[in-house]
Amino acid sequence: MGLLETTEQESLRETARRFVRERMPLSHLRQLRDSGSPDGMSRDTWRELAALGLAGITIPVSHGGMGLGWTELGIVLEECGRTLAPTPMMSTGVLGTSALMLGGTSSQLRSWLRPIASGEKLLAVAHDEGSRHAPYNVETRANLGPDGYRLQGEKVLVLDGHVADALVVVARTSGSPGEREGLTLFLVPAQAPGLQVTRTLLVDSRNAARVRLDEVLATPEDILGTLDRGAEVLDPLLDRARVALSAEMLGGLSEAFERTLTQLKTRRQFGVPIGSFQALKHRAARMHCEVSLSRAIVTEALHAIDEDRSNVPLLASAAKARASDTFLHVANEAIQLHGGMGVTDACDIGLFLKRARVAAMTFGDGAFHRDHFARLRGY
Amino acid sequence: MSSSDPDERFRESLRCWLEENCPPSMRTPMGGEEDEVWGGSRGVFASPDQRLWLERMAARGFTAPTWPVEYGGAGLTPAQAGLLEEELRRLGCRPPLHSLGLWMLGPVLLRFGGEAQKRRHLPLIARGAVRWCQGYSEPEAGSDLAGVRTRAVLEGDHYVVSGQKTWTSHAAVSDWMFCLVRTGADSARHEGLGFLLVDLSSPGVDVRPIRLISGESPFCETFFDDVRVPVENLVGQPGQGWKIAMSLLEYERAWISRLGDSDFVREEPLEVLARRYLGEERGQLRDAVLRDRIAQVDMDRLCNASAVRHAVEAMEAGRGLGPESSALKLQAMELRQRWRELKVELAGFQGLGWEGPGFSLEELRLTRDWLRSRANSIEGGTSEIHLNIIARRVLGLPD
Ligand SMILES: Cc1cc2nc3c(=O)[nH]c(=O)nc-3n(C[C@H](O)[C@H](O)[C@H](O)COP(=O)(O)OP(=O)(O)OC[C@H]3O[C@@H](n4cnc5c(N)ncnc54)[C@H](O)[C@@H]3O)c2cc1C
Repeated sequence: MGLLETTEQESLRETARRFVRERMPLSHLRQLRDSGSPDGMSRDTWRELAALGLAGITIPVSHGGMGLGWTELGIVLEECGRTLAPTPMMSTGVLGTSALMLGGTSSQLRSWLRPIASGEKLLAVAHDEGSRHAPYNVETRANLGPDGYRLQGEKVLVLDGHVADALVVVARTSGSPGEREGLTLFLVPAQAPGLQVTRTLLVDSRNAARVRLDEVLATPEDILGTLDRGAEVLDPLLDRARVALSAEMLGGLSEAFERTLTQLKTRRQFGVPIGSFQALKHRAARMHCEVSLSRAIVTEALHAIDEDRSNVPLLASAAKARASDTFLHVANEAIQLHGGMGVTDACDIGLFLKRARVAAMTFGDGAFHRDHFARLRGY
Repeated sequence: MSSSDPDERFRESLRCWLEENCPPSMRTPMGGEEDEVWGGSRGVFASPDQRLWLERMAARGFTAPTWPVEYGGAGLTPAQAGLLEEELRRLGCRPPLHSLGLWMLGPVLLRFGGEAQKRRHLPLIARGAVRWCQGYSEPEAGSDLAGVRTRAVLEGDHYVVSGQKTWTSHAAVSDWMFCLVRTGADSARHEGLGFLLVDLSSPGVDVRPIRLISGESPFCETFFDDVRVPVENLVGQPGQGWKIAMSLLEYERAWISRLGDSDFVREEPLEVLARRYLGEERGQLRDAVLRDRIAQVDMDRLCNASAVRHAVEAMEAGRGLGPESSALKLQAMELRQRWRELKVELAGFQGLGWEGPGFSLEELRLTRDWLRSRANSIEGGTSEIHLNIIARRVLGLPD
């Protein structure tokens, strides 16, 4: 399969772009932020998005979805990333859906996929616990008692945890923190007794929550994947999440870059557009190269998932590292090239820097992925 | 069993042909430069299989798959050429021919050349019979190419060429040169230029090698002293030289980027080098900083390979690359430099040798390759010039 976009993909991009521009421009995020909206998102807008088929892009047609691939999902995420659209696309469309498709039983698929595709139900995945992304550093325990598993622990940076109808919780059923073996994924309803979800307000207004599990009861039917072998679901799930988030970041960094170009062409000092200064031209040109590299590797990684290639983990790390580093670089440069205006809250460009910082840390930043990549390559 | 999909049938036929015709030794990874076949009257083959492989591919027109059959190509559509490329890759076949004629001059002749020029030059290029070099740069015209002074004065049915070219890679082993010359008035910088094909065996041509910091002398100064070139060797119109030369540069950049990646594939991975010189056989490398830098280069290489693949697909789909080729060239070459530097660093003291005892051949190669790589951001246009091109032509920033 080629890397060039097909006409179907182009028209999907057009649909997504138009919707996002009209219904969720940057002012939408600002409005939710400044009005102190309790959810930090609009469920109505999400349902409208779902009505276009975009909430269930990768969900099979038999379960009410569009049955398309990751390349298509990436296109939509990229468009959402351009306006930092506050949607549960990452939490539900990527993480929740993938967790189900990778490890769900047929009854779990039946009860969740259709309502996800229609925009009625939201899911979240609760995995990280410490202050950095560390997939196997799971201390949350699930101890088997007479009535089922009792989950005990705390989770951080649970995307959309506060609005989700259920959480996929990564817990330890055996082994000790740091080990790959012994993890199990549980699908826990949001109203389960003992589950305490607290919304956190992040610097970029991205919706996330802290989750406390206090003797939360789960049964063997709630398990996603296999007992103790949850990493077999978690690993590909995280790789997909990394690639998807990179696609979203690609949208954000492209937008930040394009806004900066406009600034370079229109802002005048010394009687000329500032973009005529070679020192700035070269910085812009270097950014362009980084943006195109990000686009190339993200596209490649999305295709690799669609083709089920064995190098998905390597590509996922390369894509996430490149997108994280590029987004941060472009956003920092964008602010500098906007001058004093760039550091005001009124100017949108700062929103991209905030998103870059949060997105970079989510699912591993550049440093994490260089380490991860080296490990995968055995050095 | 044959598929009903014409593409798949074509793929199958390619596969059969390649399996039958590509000698097994030509399906092994390329080693050093001796594995590259450059053709030309002074060309040498390191093995009979190299010659056989070139002859068979050329006979099918597969050295220039999309060129029309009458010019030595195979007349394939871009999509078919893509399939050929995939099948060659799948079987691990070596490129049968490396050639500026194939990569740069050919596409330009197809676009701007006259019928007689195409019939005369293209088939020889496709067979690897004639080797071409590029005569753009002059002592006073490097980055500022429009400043070339080599003159071509029309006298009857000949141009009389005099002047000096410099940095002409491989001129000493080439048969012909495509060059940028001044056919018009000095004052008209871009307008007064012509794109001329010169037979280097003509009287009055003098080629002298120049030594590089790596100790090698692959490139030359070329002097023209009243060299008579038949007028039919001018491509396009007298004032069209600049446009033609620039179009050729886009092909050049794409090819440089593409070739830039092939060394990564054929050389030892960085971690193998690291293990040898750090003396750590297995497990995680202990020097966290070096390990991070190795991973960075490795990952950037993956990014770059994807970008190159993207570009190649775009070209095969018949879309020109345009100024985007500058970004490709710039990043591919700068990455390559970082890679070469890291290799020398990993080798430590063993990366400091020049010749003689105390260093293996590979180590001496490593050091010289590092020095050679400093030219990567100069040849084919400097990084600064490419940044200018990107800024102006891709990003539309004002002058
Ligand atoms: C190994 C090698 C092989 C080569 N092979 C060939 C060949 O086969 N055929 C051929 O024709 N040429 C060849 N070249 C020549 C090559 O294209 C030129 O060296 C190159 O274009 C730079 O020109 P210059 O060397 O005159 O440097 P200069 O133009 O003098 O540049 C010097 C410095 O000034 C900078 N500079 C110049 N103008 C600007 C500007 N406008 N803005 C910002 N910075 C600027 C440059 O980036 C550079 O850093 C080769 C060069 C090398 C090193």
